[in-house]
Amino acid sequence: MKPISRRKLITGGIAATAGVAGLAVAARIAGRYGLVPPDCKGIYGPGETLTYAAQRLLTRHSLAREFPRSMISKMPFRNETAPPSDEFKRLQAGDFKEWRLAIDGMVARPGVYSISELKSLPMRSQITEVVCEEGWSYVAEWIGTPLSELLNAVGVLPQARYVAYFSIQEDWWDSIDMADAGHPQTVLAWGMNDGDLPVGFGGPLRLRVPRQLGYKNVKYLTRLTVTDSMKKFGKGLGSASPEGGYSWYAGI
Amino acid sequence: MGVSRADGRDAVEAPRHSLVVRVTHWITTVCFFALVITGAEIVISHPRFYWGETGNVNMKPLFTIPIASSRDTVPTGHGYVMPDQNGWSRYLHFEAAWVVVLAGLVYGIAGLVSGHFRKDLWLGRGERSWQAFWGAMARYFRRRPPSEGDAHSYNLMQKLAYLGVIFVLFPLVIWTGLALSPSFNSAFPFWVDVLGGRQSARTLHFFVSWALVLFLVVHVGMVVVAGFWSRTKAMITGNLAQPKERI
Repeated sequence: MKPISRRKLITGGIAATAGVAGLAVAARIAGRYGLVPPDCKGIYGPGETLTYAAQRLLTRHSLAREFPRSMISKMPFRNETAPPSDEFKRLQAGDFKEWRLAIDGMVARPGVYSISELKSLPMRSQITEVVCEEGWSYVAEWIGTPLSELLNAVGVLPQARYVAYFSIQEDWWDSIDMADAGHPQTVLAWGMNDGDLPVGFGGPLRLRVPRQLGYKNVKYLTRLTVTDSMKKFGKGLGSASPEGGYSWYAGI
Repeated sequence: MGVSRADGRDAVEAPRHSLVVRVTHWITTVCFFALVITGAEIVISHPRFYWGETGNVNMKPLFTIPIASSRDTVPTGHGYVMPDQNGWSRYLHFEAAWVVVLAGLVYGIAGLVSGHFRKDLWLGRGERSWQAFWGAMARYFRRRPPSEGDAHSYNLMQKLAYLGVIFVLFPLVIWTGLALSPSFNSAFPFWVDVLGGRQSARTLHFFVSWALVLFLVVHVGMVVVAGFWSRTKAMITGNLAQPKERI
């Protein structure tokens, strides 16, 4: 080995110090601008944080691709879900007229909405692709109430940072940041391809977040909670996905 | 290995591989293994490939890999379901992708600035002809021992292979991989559209990955032929173990 020259030692030292200081500054800026995901810890934290931060900077307002009607999949795949609970069967027997979506947390007017009350809010229809992390996909028309319309109706407090959402099925919950929650294509979907949303595809109510993978599109929604931190939910990783080993952010 | 100079000090001979090349080479090696292993795990969750925008088990695949799947929703003909490894595989796949892309950026910028690409990789005047190509090919097939100069420069076949990996396969694997991100595609829709759709991008990503694995196999094979330890040492310390090798 060659001895390391003093100049190299000094420049190396300065570079290393600058690198560490730069990282520390970057981390603080990232935290302030909401570029740090709830599952930022652990060995996969750096990669997850880089992906989330980079995509938030690049894609905060961009719209997911929408397709012509001719591209709607004739053979969509419903994927499997756990067998419905007795409560679900009871609501299904009543044509979901008694299905309720509660919204609470950091909102001025917490409330409970039936499907028909949601339908009375401005609606949106869009033809987007469902993309599963496994690799498969299909295109469908999704009709629903933009989440932003509901959030406007209940009055979100300024300190809100996430919207957590819960399925009627136990241990099935997730969350998105306000950029995705307020995004025009994020809809509480109750219709699919000109009809009611079939139970297999998440009916009577599912969240559609077309800029993220399928597993963020939780089926059978019953509750939304607006919050400033995901620490209080589950293990504090942002959703049930990281607790099962999957990343919280799924814009990949 | 010092060379005496007029001023009496020993000039250090230029290393076989620069520090940037050595460090980024091994970072790439580690990341590539991580990407291939996790990529294979992700494929196992849906070992069917399609062409176009959409594809799922209700649709006809372009081809199917005849293995069991880690999902019981995929009809494979096998009577069992493999364990789901997608969670950590996806986390690691994207983390390794970040590291290898950043290392690639450092390598690319350093290669341009230092002239490494121009001097060592770009084809020389005498190498830009079919005659030179077939000549170099024939040397391989006749298994002619490498000349002494081969230990210090790249021959035509090496240059073509490295140029292909650095400027064709790596950009393609990044392109096709990014095309699978629904969020990235929302900002840059043409990125996936020019590939013919999401499922086409996935299928291309799979094939480009295989091309890179094929390169790795040939690359390691050639390193073994040229002298595994001396070449590997050169990629670690920068210097060749000995000026001449036997094969």
